[in-house]
Amino acid sequence: MHELTTTRHNELIDPSLHIWGWEIPVYLFIGGLVAGIMIISGYFTLKGQYKKNVFSSFYLPHISLVLLTLGMLALFLDLEHKPYVWRLYTTFKIASPMSWGAWILILVYPALWANTLIRIPDRFNNIVPAFDKLSQKINEHPFLIKNIGILNILLGILLGMYTGVLLSSIGARPLWNSAMLWMLFLVSGLSSAAAFVHVIAPDKHERVLLAKADNAFLTLELFVIGGFISGLLTSTSVHIEAAYLILKGPYAPAFWVLVVGMGIVLPLFVQLLAVNEKVKHTVIPPLFVLAGGLVLRFVIVYAGQYSHYMHQSLAR
Amino acid sequence: MARYGMVIDTTKCVGCMDCVVACKTENNVPEGFNRDWITQDVTGKYPTLHMEIRSERCNQCDNPPCVYCCPTGASHVHDRGGVVLVDHGMCIGCKACLASCPYDARFIHPDGYADKCTFCIHRVEQSLDPACVSVCPTHCMTFGDLEDPNSAVSKLLASRKYHTLIPETGTKPQVYYLV
Repeated sequence: MHELTTTRHNELIDPSLHIWGWEIPVYLFIGGLVAGIMIISGYFTLKGQYKKNVFSSFYLPHISLVLLTLGMLALFLDLEHKPYVWRLYTTFKIASPMSWGAWILILVYPALWANTLIRIPDRFNNIVPAFDKLSQKINEHPFLIKNIGILNILLGILLGMYTGVLLSSIGARPLWNSAMLWMLFLVSGLSSAAAFVHVIAPDKHERVLLAKADNAFLTLELFVIGGFISGLLTSTSVHIEAAYLILKGPYAPAFWVLVVGMGIVLPLFVQLLAVNEKVKHTVIPPLFVLAGGLVLRFVIVYAGQYSHYMHQSLAR
Repeated sequence: MARYGMVIDTTKCVGCMDCVVACKTENNVPEGFNRDWITQDVTGKYPTLHMEIRSERCNQCDNPPCVYCCPTGASHVHDRGGVVLVDHGMCIGCKACLASCPYDARFIHPDGYADKCTFCIHRVEQSLDPACVSVCPTHCMTFGDLEDPNSAVSKLLASRKYHTLIPETGTKPQVYYLV
């Protein structure tokens, strides 16, 4: 037997760590979604689709600016010492993924702005003359447009990776301590972004194209989840216990039913039928994908905080 | 260069919590929070059970993940004795350090910043022992310079069996428990 009794009862720490509430999973989800959007819209910009008013190239960057701001707001709400938030930008700590993230977000905003300025929607024309001038300047140099597309793809990849690295760099929480987590969050972000376009793009051709892309991302996500779990199961006893939290423990129902079942397998199945024209395209499968992506972040953040070294390692 | 450490004799500790009270009083630790605490660890199989009582706190690690993950540099290693401290005016309360500590030794102070044991560095700088060490009725705690082979802590570690907490995490904790 191994019984541990402690007199400590610190708020947010005991009986198990629960420092991060809804704000961080929401931030990670929106961050992943924006990362996916940047990659998709960057690709469409690179391919010159902005000339055809394609939704992914034309409106998506505008929407992602709003989404990213909402994500940053969630992150800000999580801070316990809010008046000191500016301290993030008085230094750069190379070993701290959160410091990297803060500076990546500073780069992401202008890249998104630049993407929105390639084509300003008619209703926003002549509102801010400086933006119109910038847009004109950008359009005078097609080479610049290609570079904006490439920059959005690269920063999107970096942002998507960062949302996973933020957690996986924390070695004290065995569930997060996996080299597959950044890949899982990046692929899930891409899948969520494709589903997002599928839900709101007005053009049928674009919806079908993104549904096909989403099917590829969802399939890849299943493999990455497999790699993530097998990596934990073939590691130390604390990592195996951490994997059990989502495989058969308290977080298993949410993981298997909401993330894997309803968030990946079911929409993948329906979307495969839809792209093969066996059933009609509806917004239900991509909505499930988006919900699954959000629940994935909740499960990983909550179960990760619950996973711990202490219970195992003190046994002698 | 000094390297401060603490050696705690678990065969002497009775779990009276004097160290806890002294710490709360000395450092004005808010109600409902602890910088140090008592852990009773029972292992074995009945009737061959073994109980260890430990006074635990931040392990002032040589390889401190809480310092590495801090995005502002608020968590830092003090010049004197390698003690890990938090600059309250630089802490944004992101809680990354709380997540990265395998000992769960940190907490968020009601004023919003991350807080933890400081080895009572303000006392140590005046050549006093940390408050917890100074009040222990069984003298189970010893504080000193681990780099000095003639210090009490170095002599204890050279002469007795000891262990640290969760060494497999690689944090190189500097609080040692004599067995």
